[in-house]
Amino acid sequence: MYEVVAFYLFSGLTIGLFLVTVMSKNILYAMTSLAAGMVLISGFFFILGADFLGVVQLIAYVGAVMALYSFAMMFFDATRDIKEKNTNSALVFLLGGLSALVLVLMFAAPIHSDAITALYPMHEGVGNAQDVGIVLFTKYLIPFEVAALMLLVAMIAGIILAGKKMDQSLTEDMSADEILIQKDEK
Amino acid sequence: MMENLVYIALFAPLVSSLFSALFGMSKRQTFVGVIASTLLFISFLASATLASHIVSTGTPIHVTMMDWISAGDLSIPFGFLVDQVSVTMMTVVTLVSTVVHIYSIGYMDHDKSFNRFFSYLSAFVFSMMILVMSDNFAGLFIGWEGVGVCSWLLIGFWYHKADVSREENPSISPSWAANEAFIVNRIADLGMLVGLFILYWNTGSLQYDVVFETLPSLSGSVLNAAAIFLFIGAMGKSAQFPLHTWLTDAMEGPTPVSALIHAATMVTAGVFLVIRANPLFGMEEVAGVSYFIAALGTFVAFFAASMALVNRDLKRIIAFSTLSQLGYMFAAAGLGAYWIALFHLAAHAFFKALLFLGAGNVMHAMHDELDIFKMGGLKKVMRPTYIYMGLASLALAGIPFFAGFFSKDAIIETAWNEGTLVLWAILVITAGMTAFYSFRQVFLTFEGDERYKAFDIHPHEMYKFVLIAMSPLALLAVVAGFGMGSFEHFVTTLLPEYHMSEHTHHIAWLLGLVVLVVAVGGIAYAYKKYAKGLKRDEALENSFIYQLLANQYYIPQFYEAFITKPYAMLSEILWKEVDMKIVDATVDGIAKLLYKSGDGARRMQSGNLSNYLNWMAVGAVLLLLVAAFSAMLG
Amino acid sequence: MIGLSHYLIVSALIFSIGLVGVLRRRNLLMLFFATEVMLNAVNIAFAAISHYYNDLTGQMFAFFIIAIAASEVAVGLGILIVLYKKHGTLDLDDLAKMRG
Repeated sequence: MYEVVAFYLFSGLTIGLFLVTVMSKNILYAMTSLAAGMVLISGFFFILGADFLGVVQLIAYVGAVMALYSFAMMFFDATRDIKEKNTNSALVFLLGGLSALVLVLMFAAPIHSDAITALYPMHEGVGNAQDVGIVLFTKYLIPFEVAALMLLVAMIAGIILAGKKMDQSLTEDMSADEILIQKDEK
Repeated sequence: MMENLVYIALFAPLVSSLFSALFGMSKRQTFVGVIASTLLFISFLASATLASHIVSTGTPIHVTMMDWISAGDLSIPFGFLVDQVSVTMMTVVTLVSTVVHIYSIGYMDHDKSFNRFFSYLSAFVFSMMILVMSDNFAGLFIGWEGVGVCSWLLIGFWYHKADVSREENPSISPSWAANEAFIVNRIADLGMLVGLFILYWNTGSLQYDVVFETLPSLSGSVLNAAAIFLFIGAMGKSAQFPLHTWLTDAMEGPTPVSALIHAATMVTAGVFLVIRANPLFGMEEVAGVSYFIAALGTFVAFFAASMALVNRDLKRIIAFSTLSQLGYMFAAAGLGAYWIALFHLAAHAFFKALLFLGAGNVMHAMHDELDIFKMGGLKKVMRPTYIYMGLASLALAGIPFFAGFFSKDAIIETAWNEGTLVLWAILVITAGMTAFYSFRQVFLTFEGDERYKAFDIHPHEMYKFVLIAMSPLALLAVVAGFGMGSFEHFVTTLLPEYHMSEHTHHIAWLLGLVVLVVAVGGIAYAYKKYAKGLKRDEALENSFIYQLLANQYYIPQFYEAFITKPYAMLSEILWKEVDMKIVDATVDGIAKLLYKSGDGARRMQSGNLSNYLNWMAVGAVLLLLVAAFSAMLG
Repeated sequence: MIGLSHYLIVSALIFSIGLVGVLRRRNLLMLFFATEVMLNAVNIAFAAISHYYNDLTGQMFAFFIIAIAASEVAVGLGILIVLYKKHGTLDLDDLAKMRG
């Protein structure tokens, strides 16, 4: 029973929060509602028994990613409302609505799943974290290492992109030569 | 050794053609003509040597140069067969070509396309050699088409010459005549191709020996169909009725071309085909077709001779006479006397080429004037030409001991022997007409009053070397008939023998006398009417029969009105309605659609990332819809 | 009782919200938010399928998606900062430099 209540509660809240994210004119509101929505999604994971995934969601998304966004926002003028030209909103809602409709119809259809057998079944009486750990470090070891490498590459790329010439403003239209000349004068 | 001679005889004209082609666009070079003539002479020597070899040994030479087409069951080699029939043709062709080549050095002297002319002429000889020497029907067909192309090139040699409407002629330009010749031949070639397909389909081969061996096992209807379609091809090439109009129009080409192609060699290819395929045409089952060939030949002999009676154009008279003589050859071949047909073919080649070359001399002297009513009395300035043309006309008329006498007499005798008395009678009458029109032309040209003076023309005789080059033909026109006995002995080792019955043999002298009397009568009438000068008879010239003959039975007009014009109208309708409105519109529509869609799609490339994202989403949703529908259906 | 379809439908709805965001917003940062929404929607679906079929594969994929999202944010934000420093704006309409 509590599952039903939790499901509908989380669903309603998540959809509402994400709608705010998508529609809000204020970046701060959008980001805050996004972070809240992600916390609630980890709630879905807990209901579904994927404890480890839920924890990772909290740490990686709500912790790391949202922290990154927060820091990035320091570079932008976050307090001001965003002015956008939303010209063809009819098309946008048509496409969004249509895809939602089609997906919902597809998922609402009965699933004939007799032939489906679990590739890596969960074990009774064993914790989710342990199960995940065994599968991740046996069957998915190489993708795991590749993902680690990818994160390393992304980290270096982020540092270099964001850290280059931190002391200078690139907004004023200056060519690289002029910058060099300025440096020489100093 | 003999094999090399075969290749020399075959390829010397090709070398000559390619050599001359090197100078095709440059200005006149006499040595081109000399070298071409020399190479042709070498080819003639090789052919003559081969001929003497075949005469002495009697064994045909069969060489295979290389594989040509080899696909599945179809295997066609480039093979050449030199036997009694083909060696006769080779010798005749190369001899006449050599003379014509030398003649052309003089005749084409002032033409700026001198070198090009030799290139075409030698190419023609090469194609003709392929035609006669090939050991299979495919090679024959290649040669057949090759001579057709060369004929087209040569008739239209003066393609830049405009239509000149002359009093004695309907106006025809060389390029029109060339196209007519080519198109009429194409129509007939379709028939020939069908015939070849029938033969290949039923015998599985195109080699002469294989095909002829298999013939007896085929059904009568197949044999008849093959014979009919092959003969349609022969009709086109040999200008038999109703495909005859192109030959007289082909006289628009240079005169050496008329002598070589449209008298001596190419037009006889149809006769050659019938002789070559004699195992087919001689079969019991196709007796009907053979009889039709004989009847058609006889008809054409008479029909063409009648048109020659009143024509005023020097070359056209000879062209009609060629048609008429081709009719004689078909009559002989159709009646089964193949060797006589071949003999007449060879003898006719000599005296008809001579006649044409003589006409060329006259034309040269008269500054391209062709109307014999404007000539007369030319014997004073052109005695050698007069003698040549006189000899050739005597041979053509069938006066005893000239070449034409033996061969034509034998054909007429054959018609008697076969009991086809109607054909015999027509052929005899035609012989008289032949004698009349030949000498009408000779007398009007060389005897009588000098009418040309009124037109301010100063005729002069041809170069000496040209006249000397013509002498072999004159000699052969006189003496070729005496070789008849040995020729019969020679070719009947390959061709079926033909013997007159005892009865015919007994009255042969009488039959010969009848022909002779008719021929001499024709000459005498011509002498009486024209030798003293031209007295024009208005009443006769306006009579219906005269007009009918002078207008070639209105057949060209009939073709123009009932075939050419409706076809042109149909073409125009198809062009305007179908081609422009359907075919072209479709193609243009596709192009326009692509252009418009490209122009429209260009707007997508706005440079705005947001728009791109929209388009991507559209695509993704479309894919989703496809997935949804396919899930629903499947 | 809550079945698989319920979760999938919620996932589809959230995904569509993300799609609307991607299409509607012109600010690059907001576009990033919208993509995060879509990624999370997919994660819900994976976790739900994993649960209902008693199979860990779905959870594995969700892990990798989180890893990819993290790298995307790291690199993407770096690029955004450079862009902002150069142009002073993150609005796509102002950044329309790729006109064909």
